[in-house]
Amino acid sequence: MIEFILNNQKIRTNEAEGMPLVDFIRYKQNLKGTKIGCREGDCGACTVLAGELIDDKISYKSITSCITPLKFAAGKHIVTVDGLNSDEIGSVQQHIHEHGATQCGFCTPGFVMSLTGFSLSTKKADYSDALSAVAGNICRCTGYKSIEKAIFDISEELKSKPEKDNIAWLIKNDYLPEYFIEIPERIKNLKNEISNKENGIVVGGGTDLYVQKADCLLENKIKTIKYISSKEKITQKDNLITLSALTTVTDIIESEIISNLFPKLAKQLLLISSEQIRNTATIGGNIVNASPIGDMSIILLALNSNLIIKNSSNIERTILLKDFHTGYKTFDLKEGELIENITFEIPNLDFKFNFEKVSKRKHLDIASVNSSILIIYKNNIIKDVHISGGGLAATPKYFEKTREFLINKEINKENILKAAEIIQAETSPISDVRGTTEYKKLLLRQLFYAHFIEIFSIDI
Amino acid sequence: MKNRDSKNHLQGKSIYIDDIPEISGTLYGLVYDSPIAHAKIINIDYSKAEELDDIVRILTYKDVPGENQIGAIIQDEPLFAEGEVHFIGQPIAFIVAKSELAARKAKKLIEANFEEKTIVTDPREAHKNKSYIAPPRTFKIGETKNIWETCEHIISGRVKSGGQEHLYLETQGAYAVPAEDGNIKLYSSTQGPTAVQKIAASVLNVKMNKIEVDVTRLGGAFGGKEDQATPWAIMVSLAAQILNSPVKFALNRHDDMRMTGKRHPYDSDFKMGLSKDLKILAYEADYYQNAGASADLSPAITERTLFHSTNSYFVPNTRTTVYSCKTNLPPNTAFRGFGAPQGMFLIEAAIHKAAEEIGVRVEEIQKQNLITINDEFPYGQLAEEDGAVKSWETAEKDFKLKELFSEVESYNSENKYLKKGVAVTPVTFGISFTNTAMNHARALVHIYQDGSIGISTGAIEMGQSVNTKIMQVAAHFLSVSTSRIKIETTNTTRVANTSPTAASSGADLNGQATQVACIALYKRLTGFAAKHFNVEVEKISIKDEFIYIEDKKTDWNWETLVEQTFLARIALTENGHYTTPKITFDKTKEKGHPFAYHVFGSAITTCTVDCIRGTYEIDSVKVVHDFGVSMNKLIDNGQIEGAVVQGIGWVTMEEIAYDEKGRLLSNALSTYKIPDILFAPKSIDIIHLKTDGHKFAIMKSKAVGEPPFNYGIGAYFAIQNAIKAYNSNFKSDYNSPATPERVLMGLYQK
Repeated sequence: MIEFILNNQKIRTNEAEGMPLVDFIRYKQNLKGTKIGCREGDCGACTVLAGELIDDKISYKSITSCITPLKFAAGKHIVTVDGLNSDEIGSVQQHIHEHGATQCGFCTPGFVMSLTGFSLSTKKADYSDALSAVAGNICRCTGYKSIEKAIFDISEELKSKPEKDNIAWLIKNDYLPEYFIEIPERIKNLKNEISNKENGIVVGGGTDLYVQKADCLLENKIKTIKYISSKEKITQKDNLITLSALTTVTDIIESEIISNLFPKLAKQLLLISSEQIRNTATIGGNIVNASPIGDMSIILLALNSNLIIKNSSNIERTILLKDFHTGYKTFDLKEGELIENITFEIPNLDFKFNFEKVSKRKHLDIASVNSSILIIYKNNIIKDVHISGGGLAATPKYFEKTREFLINKEINKENILKAAEIIQAETSPISDVRGTTEYKKLLLRQLFYAHFIEIFSIDI
Repeated sequence: MKNRDSKNHLQGKSIYIDDIPEISGTLYGLVYDSPIAHAKIINIDYSKAEELDDIVRILTYKDVPGENQIGAIIQDEPLFAEGEVHFIGQPIAFIVAKSELAARKAKKLIEANFEEKTIVTDPREAHKNKSYIAPPRTFKIGETKNIWETCEHIISGRVKSGGQEHLYLETQGAYAVPAEDGNIKLYSSTQGPTAVQKIAASVLNVKMNKIEVDVTRLGGAFGGKEDQATPWAIMVSLAAQILNSPVKFALNRHDDMRMTGKRHPYDSDFKMGLSKDLKILAYEADYYQNAGASADLSPAITERTLFHSTNSYFVPNTRTTVYSCKTNLPPNTAFRGFGAPQGMFLIEAAIHKAAEEIGVRVEEIQKQNLITINDEFPYGQLAEEDGAVKSWETAEKDFKLKELFSEVESYNSENKYLKKGVAVTPVTFGISFTNTAMNHARALVHIYQDGSIGISTGAIEMGQSVNTKIMQVAAHFLSVSTSRIKIETTNTTRVANTSPTAASSGADLNGQATQVACIALYKRLTGFAAKHFNVEVEKISIKDEFIYIEDKKTDWNWETLVEQTFLARIALTENGHYTTPKITFDKTKEKGHPFAYHVFGSAITTCTVDCIRGTYEIDSVKVVHDFGVSMNKLIDNGQIEGAVVQGIGWVTMEEIAYDEKGRLLSNALSTYKIPDILFAPKSIDIIHLKTDGHKFAIMKSKAVGEPPFNYGIGAYFAIQNAIKAYNSNFKSDYNSPATPERVLMGLYQK
């Protein structure tokens, strides 16, 4: 039995906890405003908002309800397009209406929800952030230009939103209906007993599991991960950074600890999936999904991360991420074990980090090749370096030989060109739907160059 | 006026197939389709699947009471495979269950034995075997044979353009509800309700009047629901007939992508001859169209490729031939542009190659050869307007083309890793179904006794706002407010024997049928008013819902007039019928006057290529477009923007891939990418070309659906130009799409 609030209504349900949230919304609650376009989180037509009480404050995030289990809703406020208004349209909708930015209308509720999610952000409203908020929403009719105009007007209007009491402001300005004001109190009265000991298929964000085996999750018990606050997810002790396996990509983007270390990372992480998926996908999930091209695996590999793994008796062991993946989609995790944390050390010399990714479409796409680098250097001499690459082998690739070559080398064009030959020789990618062997090899070289162009403005 | 559905769309209140409230007892269908691209079916064992809980019935060809045939133009496509399968995704059986989950489980329990046969996926290979959908067709004007020796430059080459997935956001679907006397009410997400009705009747072995097809709207279609909405609609109808229960089938995205056809990939050869002063004297083209396993709409698409093979150019001597090649892929089908983009892409590639080999600017050749009044198209029709030249000149002047070229040049000399490219794309597109017989429509207009109005037409609303335009037409010709008007669902019992909403003709045909009906009603109402006020009818008019005698407003408003006319026992219903005048085409000669009019335009596309990574952005698309006199600028500009971005998608990131077994690799939204908001051009500027409009266009407002798709082609050539700015060794192979892979390989081509 789980309890949550759906729009303005309290839900108490015994439906299968692994049911995709969108099916519960559409077929069990008969709220047909939320659409199904792909059931893979790739089109955004099913976008809803999930509001969560964190330290007594409510925080709303957009999610793709097609790849989210019903159980995820427990204790939350789920908002669908049907919950935004009664008769008249609200401000987000009004701006879209003004610009004629809806044609067939099937994607429209998803855009409305993503933009409503943007309006609820506590950050200062910014047009480019607003665009990012809908980068996971696909429209096949409009060509987006009219939608952009609406988004521009929305982001301008939201600039007058105060930092405090933003929900009151949003209600006053017709972005939200009035019942939102009472939601935090109502959430407190929800009863959900979710024991961490129960058995079932472990689901983190579910963003990949639901693409692979939604029916299996529907028919079995699932074990969703208990909530921990974002403050606890990313911690620093001396020079050791610890990320909970439950850390979402959004948590990393919003983390001060991380942005102090890697000022450009937040922007680079926008190349990973979409806002809806960044809001739910966990880094632990990305690692055990074991895709040879998982973006977070590639980033964490270059940080030379360790995995802290716990078994059911709470016994811990540590393994380097680069040793964790053993073959295509296989990895060193025994029955009953779960990744608890991911840790890495902050280098004690100067260091620079970069992440590169090329895919058919720049955003919300799987890379043809991705690569990360952490360079630790002193006086233009490389003291240590970790380079990773995805899409090139059966596992996320850590480039050992290139590292050996580069240590103690000066950062200059000649050495980079030589290293590029080594890195290309270090892997033999296969041709697949994301690119031919020749392309991936060439692209690896180019992204390797790009690291040095980006970090040191070296002329190649 | 805004799209009439806008507010409902924004509130999630608009109803698509899967949103229709279900009648209790509704069953759910799922297709069991061929996992093999070409095979003899040895044996299929359904027993385990049938034994599963909640499985009601599994239907195969054996259960079809009428014809097991859904081919519309050529009867070569079975509803369910009988002895053989010809593509992966070909329907073999229809599982009907009490839940979708049960149907999915049952599908996994079906055991089949196939004897695999060799497969063909390449149209050139099919051509070698002379394996065609229909005999090749050739259009000719002048004589190319003897002209080559008079040409100063002769350029030849091979060009490929890729397929394209429609990716309508609402997948295919249908819902059939049995009614008394064996009647069936069929909700279908189709562009062609009459085709669905006719084929359903034939498969179910009933008369057409037993099948009522009803369509509220489609969540996008783009041609993908012209013929290919049919099989699912027939399957639910068949199941509803046999089981006497409502049956629904809304495809999931993977099934939709795997089982349905796409835009036809083309592999073509060309030969072009130019004079010393860059006049194109001769053009020959052989197009090898990858039609897939059955005809679907390929014969009609073949035709449109030929109609548009010379795009906006006048070429006195041409010979073009399309070979519609049969392959073991899903039958490829209509997609915005309908074969024209493939034809236009080829001649644009030919001109680019010619410019490169001759060593002149592409635009010099393009501009010289634009078609103008009284020039003859290869199919015998003369150009009646000079939109090709005018739109080019307007673009050149108003968008400052020369300055743009020099800006790009200096940008390229200042930037090492980023290069810009520009391309100009003229477009000329003929409006009318090329099958003359299809150019007709009807509208049923009811004025209710309280003054409200209900209009039914054959037009299908799929986002293009055809219903909004029809509302505008009725409001204009009846002189009433649009708030009085309701556009009804499209329903075969109210408007019968319709043509599909396709060929950009929906507003022209159905709008003009509405106009006919409204003018008749207006005459009847004003005639009655004239009698009542005892004046000549010429003196009566309706203006803004009031009755005027000459310039004098009477105390009769619209509602009084309607009520009084009704009480006088005068019919307040009219059925308007419209046929496009003047058009004709003789297929034996391949000559005639097939188009009511042409739409013209020119676009300038600018892009920036990241020469380190091989990625690119589209900076701007600047369009001068011939709308005639647009009846709704917001809607028409929206059509341009949407079409341009779809066209850009076709030539950039949208890549259909099959493996050697004929299996679709780009089978999900994770492997088939279409433009998102961050890829859309940074700007799209649209100038409305100044014209008086065309008398055959609805309220002089020209058709707008397909022509602007072709502006997207410019992105391909802009990218090629940017690659060349980085790598002077680069020779384009003119294979589209220009994926980041092809771009990077080009940037580092030796």
